[in-house]
Amino acid sequence: MLEIKNLYVSIEKNDILKDFSLSIKAGEVHALMGTNGTGKSTLVKSIAGHFECNITQGEMTYNNKNLRELDPNERANEGIFLSFQNPVEIEGVNNSYFLKTALNAKRVYNKQEELDGLEFLKELKTKLKEYKMDNSLLKRDLNAGFSGGEKKRNELIQVMMLSPDLILLDEIDSGLDIDAIKTVAQVINSMLDGKRSLLMITHYDRLLQLIKPDFVHVLKDGKIAQSGDHTLAEELDEKGFEGLGLHNDKNN
Amino acid sequence: MKKSSKPYLKKRTNLSWLLDFRLKAYKAWLKMEEPSWATLEYQKIDFQNISYFSAPKAALNSLDEVDPEILKTYEKLGISLEEQKLLAGVAVDAVFDSVSIKTTYQEELEKLGIIFCSISEASQKYPDLLKKYMASVVPVRDNYFACLNSAVFTDGSFVYIPPNVTCPMELSTYFRINALNTGQFERTIIIADENSYVSYNEGCSAPTRDESQLHAAVVELIILKDAKIKYSTIQNWYPGDKNGKGGIYNFVTKRAKCLGDNSKVSWTQVETGSLITWKYPSCILKGDNSVGEFYSVAITSKRQQADTGSKMIHIGKNTKSTIISKGISALRGVNSYRGLVRVSKNAKNARNYSACDSLLIGNTCSANTYPYHDVKNASSIVEHEATTSKISDEQLFFLKQRGINEENAVSMIVNGFCKEVLQELPMEFAVEAKALLDLTLEGSVI
Repeated sequence: MLEIKNLYVSIEKNDILKDFSLSIKAGEVHALMGTNGTGKSTLVKSIAGHFECNITQGEMTYNNKNLRELDPNERANEGIFLSFQNPVEIEGVNNSYFLKTALNAKRVYNKQEELDGLEFLKELKTKLKEYKMDNSLLKRDLNAGFSGGEKKRNELIQVMMLSPDLILLDEIDSGLDIDAIKTVAQVINSMLDGKRSLLMITHYDRLLQLIKPDFVHVLKDGKIAQSGDHTLAEELDEKGFEGLGLHNDKNN
Repeated sequence: MKKSSKPYLKKRTNLSWLLDFRLKAYKAWLKMEEPSWATLEYQKIDFQNISYFSAPKAALNSLDEVDPEILKTYEKLGISLEEQKLLAGVAVDAVFDSVSIKTTYQEELEKLGIIFCSISEASQKYPDLLKKYMASVVPVRDNYFACLNSAVFTDGSFVYIPPNVTCPMELSTYFRINALNTGQFERTIIIADENSYVSYNEGCSAPTRDESQLHAAVVELIILKDAKIKYSTIQNWYPGDKNGKGGIYNFVTKRAKCLGDNSKVSWTQVETGSLITWKYPSCILKGDNSVGEFYSVAITSKRQQADTGSKMIHIGKNTKSTIISKGISALRGVNSYRGLVRVSKNAKNARNYSACDSLLIGNTCSANTYPYHDVKNASSIVEHEATTSKISDEQLFFLKQRGINEENAVSMIVNGFCKEVLQELPMEFAVEAKALLDLTLEGSVI
């Protein structure tokens, strides 16, 4: 599904990812760990086409399409969803209007008919019920004045409505209490149907106990230093990055 | 214009009082100087070179007599009179090249005693009303452009709502500037008598043209005891090409006088067009407990410049005013808010709230805010808030990551920014306004 080969990415002339390679197949769950500044966020931003990420070398394909040739909105409509660490606030834009626009953009891209207001609300209701979420956030403006937890919950509503094929979660657990993390896990787990793929960035094993990864990768100095199964995350939790020699040299 | 002006002014009227009015204004205007305080840069207007009057040749009795070319233009703009007649509850006084062609719904309005006609018709049929109120809100010598208008005004709309009558439909006037190099000098007078209500919509658009055109209109609103006027404008005149060539100069004086106690006026404007906009819809709050509101969205893109805002003059006790101004600048647009809040000595417990927000798109545009406060009563409360923000790349990226393309993402952010104002517009206008915002900003993100 996603193939990244020998990728080099810089941000403002700083080389972040260096010779990075990763392959994610349909239905796989990957976790990405590593100390701060190793390039975890840069990786998911590069996949989504963030304007800061300057790809100097390497290949990135998604379902055999060259991602580098697609605009961010095309990548999204191809089925890539990035959950942001700090989602932006946009005042005056009603949350459910935004959601309807996003959903219809994807439907038009896939040559489906747009949903009208009623059909959208029906779809929304069904999904909210399915994933046991409430609709209190939808009447408000997009992330405007939301608490950290509400913003993350709003990201979850977006991911379940847009039902992407590749979900990228950038520290969705940061700043959340244990109940909120359980909600995240419940939504994401029920979306993992064996076809969808997931790449999640986290600092803690806590999330990985709730969403079991098939692969755990540790990033160091812009490339994967070690890969393993869930036991690698447990080991990290116990001994720390430094204990395993996986801390970022540049920062120390 | 300066030479042999009397025969020209005479051509406009056979009424001696109106001719006197024009001549007095003309003499005053000759002694006045064009103001230069606005944050606007433009080539000096050559007043000799302006055509002051163009009109269809004869008065028309029915649509069949309307020039098919004119009808075609209406159709292109999607508002043919035929269609308008069918549109639910909208009466149209269409001003085409300054002279009214056709007024619809006249009879229905007449039953309620509502007068909705051209100024020239009013000068024949209702001279007393016209004499009483014309220039009662905007005096002849008020300012350079209003004075010019008083001398040469061609025609315009006259509305009178009798006591205790709520006008059952939105009244609309469509202005079209269509003849080559024609200055537009409209005059609008709306009188809401005691305990009456009217909502008036003014919408404008002009076809592409080559030479800069001057537009200097005067709008006067008179609101008596317990009455209310809601005045909404969409201004979409030609802004010129990307270098501003051919754009319209719009110097308008709009003012409302809340004469009676508990009267209320609400100005809502969406300014997307013109090369130069110079416009300050204002409220004189004379009656006790009277209320003035001003909601504005002004967009400048390409080479457009707007110097716009409002004046709230508090004279009566417990008077209240609100100013919500949203300025959006893109490409090389310049947007200035200029507002005055004056509280006079006797305006006990006067209250004003002003919020001026500017949104910048890109790095080549600019926004200015010039709030003036003149408060002479200690019991009053005057508040002013101002913000300037940029559409951030992160906001755009967020929306794009959710599948929304750049153009729609910008439109979404801009419409969100303007929401407070757009929701004040009548329904049909709101839809049109959204389309206009998108059209004006088309291609403004690089």
